[in-house]
Amino acid sequence: MTTIDIDTDAELDEPGEPAAKLKHPRAVRWMHWINFPLLMIMIWTGYRIYWADLRDPFVLGIGDYELFEFWPTWVNENLDLERKLARGLAFHFTFAWLFTLNGIAYGLYTWRSGEWRQIVPERGTLKDSAQVFLHDLGIGRSKPLPPQARYNGAQRLSYSFILFLGGIEVLTGLAIYKPTQLSTLTSIFGGYETARLIHFAITIIFVLFFVVHLLQVARAGFPNFMSMITGYEKSPRKGADQ
Amino acid sequence: MKETNEERAARYAELEASYPTMDAQQYKTRSRRSMLTGTAAALAAFTGWRWIQNSPDDLNIPQPLRDVHEANESLWRTLYREDKLAPTFDRSESSMIRVNGRRGIDNEIDLDAWTMSVRSEGDEIASYDMSVVEGLEKQEMTIEHYCVEGWSHIITWGGVRFSDFVAANHPEMIENPPAFVSLETPDRGFYVGLEWAAMMHDQTLLAFEVQGEPLPQDHGAPLRLVTPLKYGIKQLKRIGVIEFTATQPADFWAERGYDWYSGL
Repeated sequence: MTTIDIDTDAELDEPGEPAAKLKHPRAVRWMHWINFPLLMIMIWTGYRIYWADLRDPFVLGIGDYELFEFWPTWVNENLDLERKLARGLAFHFTFAWLFTLNGIAYGLYTWRSGEWRQIVPERGTLKDSAQVFLHDLGIGRSKPLPPQARYNGAQRLSYSFILFLGGIEVLTGLAIYKPTQLSTLTSIFGGYETARLIHFAITIIFVLFFVVHLLQVARAGFPNFMSMITGYEKSPRKGADQ
Repeated sequence: MKETNEERAARYAELEASYPTMDAQQYKTRSRRSMLTGTAAALAAFTGWRWIQNSPDDLNIPQPLRDVHEANESLWRTLYREDKLAPTFDRSESSMIRVNGRRGIDNEIDLDAWTMSVRSEGDEIASYDMSVVEGLEKQEMTIEHYCVEGWSHIITWGGVRFSDFVAANHPEMIENPPAFVSLETPDRGFYVGLEWAAMMHDQTLLAFEVQGEPLPQDHGAPLRLVTPLKYGIKQLKRIGVIEFTATQPADFWAERGYDWYSGL
């Protein structure tokens, strides 16, 4: 070779040289990708149920001032929701079991495998995540980012929070599904109306999470995205975040 | 004992070092295999989704969904406890409920001429007018009413227990209980079916009062079914026929794609 190759990838292409490292165990990858369509189905069918009572929609506002109505007419009109309540209920109460089972399987796996060490927030997580958040907005980039394992503080915090909300979503769902037989559960969530509002609010948070998640995955680059498919992430991580 | 940033970094490094690595060739093979597996899984999921959508309908929803409704029904019927009461509220929390449907009651009737036919497997065994509720203990309950559409409303009903009506007039049904009870409006424009256990629950009433006043016609005068064990779609207004039966009765909304059980 007459030229000096400065491409690190080429250096890593040597046989036997570690070029990729396990990031997401097989079980997590399967459960992540199974969860994705299940959650989409749950949101869509849930919205078919919600549409049935549009006389009384949830509104975000201050006092009498209406900031945002869930949802504006143009959203409703484009989702094939009208007069689909019976189907919405049937799909929702079918796929809810799969969504719940997948969540339980994930919880058990994460606990038994020790993977929880990568996700649960720790002592420094809150401070870390503030720093990461500012960094992502382009503020204070001269300061080094705090140490991290697979996930940075902001990821630990948001992933744990969204998993916790997943559990609450299932429980509030049960609370409004069987408010008589499971009346104790319903009352824990402040009664039927409040449980229904929480169930709905979490759905909105899921949608917002999904948008941010997609943006962050796009920012983190292709090798990171591929690691959720292959399990292994190519080339050393550079404090990447998704 | 506070962990320093250095200690934390070392702990993280150790955790990360515990994960296996592979070389570029292995990664190449792996990513090809993963893409194939992923594509196959996505196709399988899509096929499953289409299979549900394309299955023949059973009462207006695809068969697999109807099957899950029935599986859900057996689960909740297994968990059912007859002494479990729906929460009740203070009367002051209740208010008049909206009229959400007029099926089977869209014409006014002469309340004094009203009679209710009681049948067993299709044969009339008795007929009653409003005097049937006299002599039965009057109940008043303030419960939350739930609609399949998602809304709910706290409401006060007055009436007599269906179980008291049966004990007083058809005790043979208690000794030899039918599996189901079917109810119809006088014009047969609306009809529902409920399982025996729900009908005999302490909070299942033949109601003739709402908010302490006689039922208006559009809320089911003179006598309607009320129970916190079922959605509003089962709480038939203006009872014309009550039938004891061993076979699962036809149900207006179940025929339109809803869960036959519709239990709460």
